[in-house]
Amino acid sequence: MNKTLLEVSRLTKSFGALLACDDVSLEIREGETHAIIGPNGAGKTTLISQLAGDLRPDRGRVRFAGEDITALSAPARARRGFARSFQITSIYSDFTALENVMLAVQAHSGHSFRFWRPARGEATLRSPARAVLEDVGLGERSGVLAANLAHGEQRALEIATALATRPRLLLLDEPVAGMGAEETRRMIALLSSLKGEKTLILVEHDMDAVFSLADRISVLVYGRIIATGTPREVRANAEVRRAYLGEEVAA
Amino acid sequence: MNPRTRAIVLAMGLVFLAAVPPVAALANQPFYLDLVRRIMIFAIAALSLNLILGYGGMVSFGHAAYLGVGAYAVGVLAHYGIHNGFLQWALAIAASALVALVIGAISIRTSGVYFIMITLAFTQMLYYLGISIEEYGGDDGMRLAVKSQFAGLVDLNDANAFYYLVLAILVLALFVGHRLVNSRFGLVLRAAKSNEARTRSLGFSPYPYRLAAFVIAGAVCGLAGALLVNHTAYLTPEFMNWTRSGELMFMVILGGMASIAGPVLGAFALLLVEDALSGWTVHWQLVLGPLLVLSVLFLKRGLAGLLFGKNE
Repeated sequence: MNKTLLEVSRLTKSFGALLACDDVSLEIREGETHAIIGPNGAGKTTLISQLAGDLRPDRGRVRFAGEDITALSAPARARRGFARSFQITSIYSDFTALENVMLAVQAHSGHSFRFWRPARGEATLRSPARAVLEDVGLGERSGVLAANLAHGEQRALEIATALATRPRLLLLDEPVAGMGAEETRRMIALLSSLKGEKTLILVEHDMDAVFSLADRISVLVYGRIIATGTPREVRANAEVRRAYLGEEVAA
Repeated sequence: MNPRTRAIVLAMGLVFLAAVPPVAALANQPFYLDLVRRIMIFAIAALSLNLILGYGGMVSFGHAAYLGVGAYAVGVLAHYGIHNGFLQWALAIAASALVALVIGAISIRTSGVYFIMITLAFTQMLYYLGISIEEYGGDDGMRLAVKSQFAGLVDLNDANAFYYLVLAILVLALFVGHRLVNSRFGLVLRAAKSNEARTRSLGFSPYPYRLAAFVIAGAVCGLAGALLVNHTAYLTPEFMNWTRSGELMFMVILGGMASIAGPVLGAFALLLVEDALSGWTVHWQLVLGPLLVLSVLFLKRGLAGLLFGKNE
């Protein structure tokens, strides 16, 4: 068994009377693809925001590669190897696809308090960015303004910017949301090509995506993790079936 | 518009500006020399505001503060008999950079309407400070009897020499601005404006980049203030009036925020129209208002968008 990369212990977050994250503990192993599923309002986005550092938990700890990062901001976590995609596509729509990825490369190669040299001409930013665009199948679209890309392409671009930071941990918040069947298939293929190479945390509604990608699954209901296990174990778990999966998966 | 055509347009603009003094002299209309010089000084100020407003997305409603600080730095030194221009202008730049550092360090922690109000409030504080210091003329201001002296290099009393100095500084500011917004630093600044959450998740904290841009903009505007007080030969807290901040904002928006040259166009358009209308009727503001509304409604990318096309 691989060693633990991310250790979440007893994470708790409430918004007023709503307990959105209730004593959540998780261990993400190096190299695994770990899916977090749950019905709407289960607190999935609240959880991923706390992992990414965009939201401060009320209680609990997050350790990454042995270091306590609970108090670190999102940029500080990103510099330690976190990368994420957002539930609603988050890209620079007024930049080209290539410029989007170049910024991600720039964030992790040297400092950016450089005021004089044109950044777009830097080969050390350009060529890695091009390579990543090729990897996600956007090689031909590098000069297109991100706003003018198709929805599926924009989602792939977001994954590309995340990959370009050469992360140790990828947090993916519903990467196939709003996609057609063909786009979904392509995204699943892209994510499976990362499997094993990267540690992935995948929050997803789409059960095909989850069961074809995940090594392990955690089920979140009303802010609580009710089960964690392999897809087979989770499928067989009576409580999960009652609470969430319903007859659709049981059949 | 391709880069080559754009270079030609910019060169034509430069030739036009360079030709103003001889043409004004030929036509025996020195007033125009004065007018264009004043416009260019405001163009430099608007250009500096555009770095934070257009590229940084920080709606500063107090940029006139730095015009004032720059002007006071020159005026106060002159008041105590120090006329060395290098010293005066260096103090103008340093003092406005320092004021921008303090104002920026506090206001950049806020955003949206709070940012607008905080920058306005700081500038009002400086404005009332200027009014209250009787030693420097209070709200009447005071005359700048001796213009900045540059050891015989440039004589600001020579209208032509002063004009070309302002033009040179404007061109330099344009060039530096162009380099800046396309550098690594500039791209992070624009990225933080375009999508803050994405920028943070890539590993950039926007705050230090925004603060640095704020200080650079303040310093450049302070230099414009030093030019302005030499141009008017008069120091007054009116330089820091909030309507002045509004005018600078308007020059930027009218000229085009996504363009380095935009604010220069905006400064020319606003001040020329103002000049023409005020010569025609005393109620010129009644005409200017609707013109401004129309330009905002129909020129989404400003005059620069009109001139240079979408991809500037």
